[in-house]
Amino acid sequence: MGEETVTANHPLVAGIDIGSRSIELVLLQDGQVVHWDLLPTTFDPLGQCRSLLDRVRAARIVATGYGRKLLLENLDHPEITAITEILAYALGARHLFPGVRTILDIGGQDTKAIALNMDGKVAKFEMNDRCAAGTGKFLEFMAVALQVPLEKFGDFALQADRRIQINSMCTVFAESEATSLMARGESPANIAMGLHLAIVSRTVAMLRRVGVTPSVLFAGGVAHNPCIKSLLEESLGASVLVPVQPDLVGALGAAIYGQKLVAHE
Amino acid sequence: MPTPYDEMWEKLNLDLTAHEGLLQVLGKFYGDIYLTQEGRLKGMEYLDFVLSEVHGLRIKEIQEAKAQGRKVIGTFCVFVPEELVLAADAVCVGLCAGAEIGKESAEKILPRNTCALIKSFVGFKLSRLCPYIESCDLVVGETTCDGKKKAYEIFEEYAPVYVMEIPQMKQACDRDLWKAEVRRFKERIEAIAGKEITAAKLREAIKLVNRRRQVLQRLNQLRAAVPTPISGRDVLLINQISFYDDPVRFTAKIGELCDELEKRVKAGEGVVPPETPRLMLSGCPMAVPNWKLPFIVESSGAVIVGEESCIGTRNIRDLVDESGDTLEEMLDALVDRYMRIDCACFTPNQERLQNIVAMAKDLEVKGVIHFALNFCQPYAIEAFKVGRALEAAGIPMLSIETDYSMEDVEQLKTRVEAFLEMVG
Repeated sequence: MGEETVTANHPLVAGIDIGSRSIELVLLQDGQVVHWDLLPTTFDPLGQCRSLLDRVRAARIVATGYGRKLLLENLDHPEITAITEILAYALGARHLFPGVRTILDIGGQDTKAIALNMDGKVAKFEMNDRCAAGTGKFLEFMAVALQVPLEKFGDFALQADRRIQINSMCTVFAESEATSLMARGESPANIAMGLHLAIVSRTVAMLRRVGVTPSVLFAGGVAHNPCIKSLLEESLGASVLVPVQPDLVGALGAAIYGQKLVAHE
Repeated sequence: MPTPYDEMWEKLNLDLTAHEGLLQVLGKFYGDIYLTQEGRLKGMEYLDFVLSEVHGLRIKEIQEAKAQGRKVIGTFCVFVPEELVLAADAVCVGLCAGAEIGKESAEKILPRNTCALIKSFVGFKLSRLCPYIESCDLVVGETTCDGKKKAYEIFEEYAPVYVMEIPQMKQACDRDLWKAEVRRFKERIEAIAGKEITAAKLREAIKLVNRRRQVLQRLNQLRAAVPTPISGRDVLLINQISFYDDPVRFTAKIGELCDELEKRVKAGEGVVPPETPRLMLSGCPMAVPNWKLPFIVESSGAVIVGEESCIGTRNIRDLVDESGDTLEEMLDALVDRYMRIDCACFTPNQERLQNIVAMAKDLEVKGVIHFALNFCQPYAIEAFKVGRALEAAGIPMLSIETDYSMEDVEQLKTRVEAFLEMVG
């Protein structure tokens, strides 16, 4: 990056999504994604944001995600704004799939269900409370407990030969439930499936509270997990759209918001 | 640091070291949330003063009243007829607590899944940090919810508790029950105060409390102006202070503040620009110093223009009819007025839904934020019907469940900001 021709008529607009696990950057120019990048959040989110942004020359930055205020308050840039993940996901989702009416985002520590009206405006939303039960963090803990790499956890669960019920959604209790199932000789794949089922049942309840109107878009880091996707489709009785890069939807939406701001100037 | 009140606090058996810490935290918190506001009314200086003396001068006044033989009655609920307390020359103070204090001690005697308000008053008592509870000759509980009802049974070991039975429905037999309870309360107050509640005394007390309600009604009418002339936080504070300040002085001071507000409204001056999104809060009471949600809302670019809550309109909407001559007529007037309270402890509770929708329409709000304390079943469950009623009226609602801790502030900010993006 950095070699693009940047003129006043073709400004680069950056959307940056500062999540609990990763930070994503999307750069738009004339409505086209010209660059994207991603770094883990680490203990220095601001430093990670800087290294992502240092590589580009954005005329305008729109921050979203839980670290949006951190960037807004600390980054020395004349044109920086912040929007919530809810709005960012709504904008990003509609850009990718104009017919989307329902969005599910499962990130590192948040789950969000968003209902959009016909025009793509947010009509209703629900978020998990302060507990990270049923989020990416939960899967991460459970993958470690079952000694499966996180990226493989969904495929691993899909190898299950029967469905068992895991009752606890609390990360700590679910882990001890998994341990006692293992002690009873249950196969790790079946336990993994049980854990995935638990997340999906909780998530679908949240989706039902905002109402499920097709098309449904599934985004956030957990959308990489094929087992969650397939269980969601099974439970909703409908297919679920997953973008090629589900973790970039928030950053993309933020960049689109920035572009709208530029257009209004 | 020694204060002129140390001796008094020591006599009240407060934990002086912890109490000093509490006042420091409260002062800092108040400074951050209140004193940073711009364009506040001059009249708010009185409230700043009262709050800075919340455990000082006001407690001193109460001790002086006690020395003159007056009794102090503490209450937790807008259902307790303050008029009867005042008619017996006793002092009435609200004991509802909004700080996460003594949580660990409270959890020794209460389940963890108990609402923050209950844990807070128990925690304050067990950690010896509330001079109001320590000053009380009687602490009046009520059966509004199971949590309170059962907690009072335990609390009885620590404070002189008296419990009023609140009806759960509004049929004729419920009114009869409530009237019997009001009568029983009157007798208890008379016994404690050693004074008979006469028709003349009750008439005077009814007027006194009505005047305070009326001045708060006036405040609510004035604040409804566009641009909003006073922050929601400030109005919440005024309502909070109405529960423990001297009613005569409070009414006079808020009257002055309203005069100032009226001038501001006439001049078209606001604390925020006219286009600022107007929101209304609805749900559980926010007791001092629970300013968490209003602060988040008003720092996110919105302004609160109404509180549908016990520390808000539920406490002041209805007046007691003043036309009664005999004691019996006045007691009936009290009973009728209190039976109009639309607390979520009632079933069905259609009045509350109608009142919320009407209020939201009158105030022309962009949306309503419903606030329920974690584990407060009546309000948390009723939130669903409130949402439906508002949706039918085309008014968006955000439902929040939280407590007094600060750990979910960031998540709440995201929700509130997303709600504003949605309604804005």
